[in-house]
Amino acid sequence: MPVEFRADLHIHTCLSPCADLFMTPRNIIEKAASLGINIIAICDHNSAENIAVTHDLGKYRGITVIPGMEITSSEEVHILGLFSSLDRVYDMQEQVYQHLQPGENDEDAFGMQVVVNEEDEVLDFNKRLLIGSTDLSIDQVVALIHSFQGIAIASHIDREGFGIIGQLGFIPAETGFDALEISSRTPEEKAIETFITYRSFPWITSSDAHQLEDIGKKTVGLHMNHATFEELCLALRGSEGRKIVT
Amino acid sequence: MELQDLINSLSLEIKTPELDLHREVTGGYASDLLSDVIGNAQKGNIWVTLQIHLNIIAVASLKELSGIILVSNRNPDADTLKKANAENVPLMTSTLPTFDLVGKLYALGLRCR
Repeated sequence: MPVEFRADLHIHTCLSPCADLFMTPRNIIEKAASLGINIIAICDHNSAENIAVTHDLGKYRGITVIPGMEITSSEEVHILGLFSSLDRVYDMQEQVYQHLQPGENDEDAFGMQVVVNEEDEVLDFNKRLLIGSTDLSIDQVVALIHSFQGIAIASHIDREGFGIIGQLGFIPAETGFDALEISSRTPEEKAIETFITYRSFPWITSSDAHQLEDIGKKTVGLHMNHATFEELCLALRGSEGRKIVT
Repeated sequence: MELQDLINSLSLEIKTPELDLHREVTGGYASDLLSDVIGNAQKGNIWVTLQIHLNIIAVASLKELSGIILVSNRNPDADTLKKANAENVPLMTSTLPTFDLVGKLYALGLRCR
């Protein structure tokens, strides 16, 4: 029988230049556990290098960590890719790195990009320009995510900067998003009123947390049999008794 | 041309009055894609955009631009304004849309370089 799980499917770590340095895997897992969140997805900008650690830490605390990335398209639209395994997210990362705007991160301008271990110790600083864009169009990003059996979600469609509607005016009907994300900024009633045209897509709400206190600010309820990626796919489609609840 | 003179000529509203506006404007760049500005704007350029997100300040700081003009009276986010002051990036607004504003900048002798 499906039961309700709470999920926050959009959380950044200290690898994202714009995220707080306290967003270490350990702190994120502890915070999620304290809030009773069952599933989180780690979605750093154009990189997946802090996910394995978070995934392992999550296991000890009974939290499912879905490997994800927030990819920047050539139109500067943010797209979440969620994947079934670390291998798949690394496949995606390889593609994203190949297509990422060249250049080195400027820590003073954009912030540090820290790769850490389970003890919050610094392993490395990612040098790539993760704040930059790929030269992949929205359609190409969505197609790549799907080629690795991932879920493609349009990030924070209610945000002007880097949201698809803010950048392009509307969501093209032929774009193959599996879901749309509404940020914590817009209350549900307002979102329904504003984005009524897009009700045919599954909607999720998530925190897009860049600092610890934002984790769980918005979550999505999922009626599923288990806290797994496969069940999440069914819930987004509303298949076999699984579904999204608010 | 000095930024202060440019502001006077175009009647721009200064959003960061505490910052020193006596700095050289070497040319101009107009774009709403941050990646394009990172790739192509030149040091000392004045940047014309309608983007008001916080990241514009980081980009302007990285590229050592002489300032940012927001078009069509666009109001910067509070975070953006705070960061502009912290990063010493002058932020101005114009009532004009991009096309008209860039026309005036061109007429003042500024070029994309």
